[in-house]
Amino acid sequence: MLKEVFNKPTKWSAMKQLIFKEIDDLIIGSLGIVAFISFFVGGVVAIQTALNLTNPLIPKYLIGFATRQSVILEFAPTFISIIMAGKMGSFITSSIGTMRVTEQIDALEVMGINSLNYLVFPKVIALLLYPFVIGLSMFLGILGGWIAGVYGGFASSDEFMTGLQVEFNPFHVTYAFIKTVVFAILLATIPSFHGYYMKGGALEVGKASTTSFVWTSVAIILTNYILTQLLLTK
Amino acid sequence: MIEVKGIEKSFGDTMVLKGISTVFDTGKTNLIIGQSGSGKTVLLKSLLGIHTPDKGTISFDGRIYSELTNDEKRDLRTEIGMVFQGSALFDSMTVEENIGFPLKMFTNKNPREIQERVDFVIDRVKLINAHKKKPSEISGGMQKRVAIARAIVNNPKYLFCDEPNSGLDPKTSIVIDNLIQEITEEYNITTVINTHDMNSVMEIGEKIIFLKEGILAWEGTKREIFKTDNEAIVDFVYSSNLFKKVRKAQNREL
Repeated sequence: MLKEVFNKPTKWSAMKQLIFKEIDDLIIGSLGIVAFISFFVGGVVAIQTALNLTNPLIPKYLIGFATRQSVILEFAPTFISIIMAGKMGSFITSSIGTMRVTEQIDALEVMGINSLNYLVFPKVIALLLYPFVIGLSMFLGILGGWIAGVYGGFASSDEFMTGLQVEFNPFHVTYAFIKTVVFAILLATIPSFHGYYMKGGALEVGKASTTSFVWTSVAIILTNYILTQLLLTK
Repeated sequence: MIEVKGIEKSFGDTMVLKGISTVFDTGKTNLIIGQSGSGKTVLLKSLLGIHTPDKGTISFDGRIYSELTNDEKRDLRTEIGMVFQGSALFDSMTVEENIGFPLKMFTNKNPREIQERVDFVIDRVKLINAHKKKPSEISGGMQKRVAIARAIVNNPKYLFCDEPNSGLDPKTSIVIDNLIQEITEEYNITTVINTHDMNSVMEIGEKIIFLKEGILAWEGTKREIFKTDNEAIVDFVYSSNLFKKVRKAQNREL
C-alpha cells in the first residue's frame, strides 16, 4: 500500500488543494479539542502532584517539575495521539470507507487516478504538521498546570517556574517530537488502510472505524514503548 | 470497438465467466443482460480493468489491455467514461466540481475553459439549477445526469454504464436511456450498458448480449429478441406477463 501512496502522483494543482483541505480537517479541526483536554489535564496533573506532596521537606517546585515531565514526556505526545486515533483516525477510516462502499474509489480508479495517492498522500503530508498540535498541547498543558497550581494555592508562581526549569533535559523535548512524528505516520496510514481495504456496507464502515481506532492505539502504545527503550535508556 | 475473446474469470472455486467472446460496436448502445449472478457485473468490471480475467483478451480498438504497460493502461482509462449504479459522485464536491473533475485531472485547460465545457455538458444533459448543489441535495435522476455528464465531459471513446436505471421511476428511466443513446450516436462512442431492465432493452438495445451462468447464451438486436427461439433468452424475457403479451401480439402480426 505505502509504495502505491507515493507512486504515480496526482497532478500538483489538484494535490495542493487536497493537502490544504486535509490540513483544515485533520490539523485545524483538532486544535479545539486538543487545547481543551491539554489545559485541564495539565491542571489536574498539577493538583494531583500537589495533593500527594504531604511531606513538608519535599519542595513545592516539584509540582512544576512533575507537570513538565508528565506533559512533555507522555501526556502530550502519547495520550493526545491516542485521543487523535479516535478523532482523526475514525474520520479518516469512515471518509475513505464511505468512498469505498459508494464506489467513489472505483470511480477514481476507472478514471485512471491512483486512488491511494489521491486519498492517502495528502493526509500523510497534512500530518507533518502534527508536531505543532503536540507543541500546542505541551504549552497549554503546562499553562493549565501553572494556573491550577498558582491560583489553587498549591505553589507560588516562582516555585512553579523553578520546577519547570529544574534538571531540564532538552533531549526530552527532542524525544517527544521524534515520537510525535512516528505517531503522525501511524495516524495517517493505519486508519487509511482500514478504510481503503474495507468491504461491505454502512455497518462495516462503523466496524472498520472501531477496528482502526483499536489497532492505531495498539501501534502507538507499542511504538511508544520501543522508542522509549531505544531513546531514553542507556 | 471493444473485442472480447474467450475471457474466463473465477473467484475461488466458482467460475463466474466461462469463455465469453463478443464484439461491442462503436456508435451503438451495447447491452449486457442477464439474471442476477449471471456474471454481468464481473464482465463489466473486467472490461474496466477492475477485475483481471484469468484467461482471454480484451482489446480496445486493437489495443490488447493485458499487453499494455501501466502508463498505457492509465492513458486508456482517460478515454473511458463510467456511470456507476449508485452514480458514485464525490460527496465533498458540488455538481459542477464533480463534472469538471476529469478535466482538472487530465487536461491543461484553464479554469475558464473548464467552466465553459462544464456548462456545455450540463446543458447537454439538461441539468437545471444544480451547478452549486452537492450530490446529496439533488434527486436520484439528477444524480444520474451528473454521472453521465461527468462520464462524457472529457470526450471519452468508451462509455460504460452499470444499471443506469436502478432506483429510478419508469419515466426518468426512459429519459436517461434516451440520453445515453443520443450521446452514443452524437459522439460516436462505444457504449456498453449492464442492465436487467427490459424497458431499456426495448428502448435502446441496438446490440444485446445475454449471459446465463457465465456463458454468453444469446446475442442479437432488440428486434431479434422477440423472434428468437433460444430457450434461455425466452425464459428470461418472458418472465414478465407484459412481455408475454407483447410477444403474442408480435407473433399475430407476423
